[in-house]
Amino acid sequence: MKTKDALFEFLLRLADDRLVLGHRTSEWCGHGPILEEDIALANLALDHIGQANNLLEYAAEVENEGRDADDLAYFRNTREFRNIKMVELPIGDFGFTIVRELLFSAFNLHYLDRLKQTSDKQLAGLASKAYSETQYHLRHSKQWTLRLGDGTDESHRRIQSSLNELWPYTGELFDEDEIEEHLVFELNIPNKEPVRSGWNQTINEVLEEAGLERPADDQYMQSGGRTGFHTEHLGSMLAEMQQLPRAYPDAEW
Amino acid sequence: MSEEEHSTNDQWPLWEVFTQKKRGAPHQHAGSVHAPDPEMALQNARDVYARRSEAVNIWVVPSSEITASNPSDKESFFDPADDKIYRHPQFYEVPRAAKKRTSSGS
Amino acid sequence: MKEQDKFQEKIEQDEKIEPKDWMPDRYRNQLIRMMSQHAHSEIVGMLPEGNWITRAPSLRRKMGLLAKVQDEAGHGMYIYSNTETLGISRQEMIDQLLKGEAKYSNIFNYPTLSWADIGMIGWLVDGAAMVNQTMLVKTSYGPYSRAMIRICKEENFHRKQGHEIVATLANGIPEQQEMVQDALNRWWWPTLMMFGPPDSNSPHTNELMQWKVKRKSNDELRQDFIDRVIPEAHQMGLKIPDPDLIFNEETGHWEIGEIDWDEFWQVIKGNGPMNHERLETRRKAHESGRWVREAAEAYAHKQKLQQQKAS
Repeated sequence: MKTKDALFEFLLRLADDRLVLGHRTSEWCGHGPILEEDIALANLALDHIGQANNLLEYAAEVENEGRDADDLAYFRNTREFRNIKMVELPIGDFGFTIVRELLFSAFNLHYLDRLKQTSDKQLAGLASKAYSETQYHLRHSKQWTLRLGDGTDESHRRIQSSLNELWPYTGELFDEDEIEEHLVFELNIPNKEPVRSGWNQTINEVLEEAGLERPADDQYMQSGGRTGFHTEHLGSMLAEMQQLPRAYPDAEW
Repeated sequence: MSEEEHSTNDQWPLWEVFTQKKRGAPHQHAGSVHAPDPEMALQNARDVYARRSEAVNIWVVPSSEITASNPSDKESFFDPADDKIYRHPQFYEVPRAAKKRTSSGS
Repeated sequence: MKEQDKFQEKIEQDEKIEPKDWMPDRYRNQLIRMMSQHAHSEIVGMLPEGNWITRAPSLRRKMGLLAKVQDEAGHGMYIYSNTETLGISRQEMIDQLLKGEAKYSNIFNYPTLSWADIGMIGWLVDGAAMVNQTMLVKTSYGPYSRAMIRICKEENFHRKQGHEIVATLANGIPEQQEMVQDALNRWWWPTLMMFGPPDSNSPHTNELMQWKVKRKSNDELRQDFIDRVIPEAHQMGLKIPDPDLIFNEETGHWEIGEIDWDEFWQVIKGNGPMNHERLETRRKAHESGRWVREAAEAYAHKQKLQQQKAS
């Protein structure tokens, strides 16, 4: 395996997680539970899409075949997207969005912190910037998890059910394959095992404080996103997102 | 909580936001946010009033905790200070600063 | 001196009126009406543009649009909270909006049908709003004026972003040129109506100008806008959809044809193409967010009780 190919694939994974989650989060704009939260959710979406944009630019550079970040975002098909399935699920209610952000940002807090150490300087720089944004994402989603978990009976019931629904999608956060193993060796990207214990600790603390029950870990875990085997939701999301550039492929926007 | 309690403040209490533009600068009033509690008030203030990197530090205060002077008190409150010119440096005269000598003595 | 005279003197000397100052009830109520309408317009105005966030044609456009719609939420917030200084709560104002009792700018009751509409809203609609808001920087009510200073600063980026989108499309492939001309055809007249009815038929203008809440009349503002925007349109190769449009060499002003004020009044009455959907969307967001607002409130309440117990 060539390191260059593995790195390209790896950058797509990081970028697609963020692009898809950012896109989903942006769907809240104008529909949030209160004005202040509309603004907060837009900030989250902007952070994710901004990170995706930077990662895709770098991916295009690594690939070196004349594609740019927009080509990668708008002209790849569903099967070519490399995001985990968790981020492509529809936004659900506000609690669902919050729990997803919690699970994802808690992972990234530990993952990006280690990714800063990669020997690939450019990637290390991107990880470092994303890391500071992630710290805030975790703070925001944690504080909301506490309020919804320990708010009213209704909010507790809703957020617990979102947590249960999302849990089978958390396994994919920690999946590793030969591409990542190769990069662990070549570029010193993080191993997932220590990330998992950090994630467990962060999540357990938040769930306990929020009075929420951690779903069983021995249940069947979803996977497939990294190889482009997605849920049905991603296709319709991309159809909407990619519509204009594909309708007018010669146009500049 | 009862229904009435909710309907009285469906938009959460109002907070005043003070932002510090850079370290060492004073905090200045930036605007207001609605929030259920101090932590959320801070987060909302950050998301609203620092989204163009306008702040390095933020204070939030429940608006109901602010006491303001009354405009009709203006005369009794502020005008008496008008003639206290001894509070201003212009009131005092000191000898002109001695000329600094350069090392050459010129 | 009587309160009324003191107030009048302040207005004449161009001093700002501040929240705790005495003010005539009518001044207070007119400001509440005008400012809350302004805030509602920002909030409802998020929807037609928000409609295209998920379809923005490049990552740069997506981020620009999202940041812009976010700004509008911010602007709504600034104006709501500055209106609260007049003694009305945000909840009351939002209730009025959701019940359909409050007005907001007609322009947001028109649909965004193509990507070019996003450019058109930024360049044309925000351009018109800027003319109005720049005037309001000088309004006599201090908190309103301060909100406008902040908003004008931020809105500059909106207008530039819109102008860039429109110019890109106008320079683009034939389908894009067609798209942007079609958008201008649809948005031109409703944008001119944004300044409100002609001075001869504007119930509030006189009073608002006397109090220096407004510093220019609807027709004056409209003319400022027309004179600024028409050369920009021509420069981009766009055609203003007005067969009667002429440039008056003597006055140095552009003169437009007749505005269809029937349409204006119909949209105000709720018969615009999107009136119903806009309010429905706001109501739905408000209702489906209720449990979230309640939970946060309940949590805050519990925390307070715990603190009291602890101390």
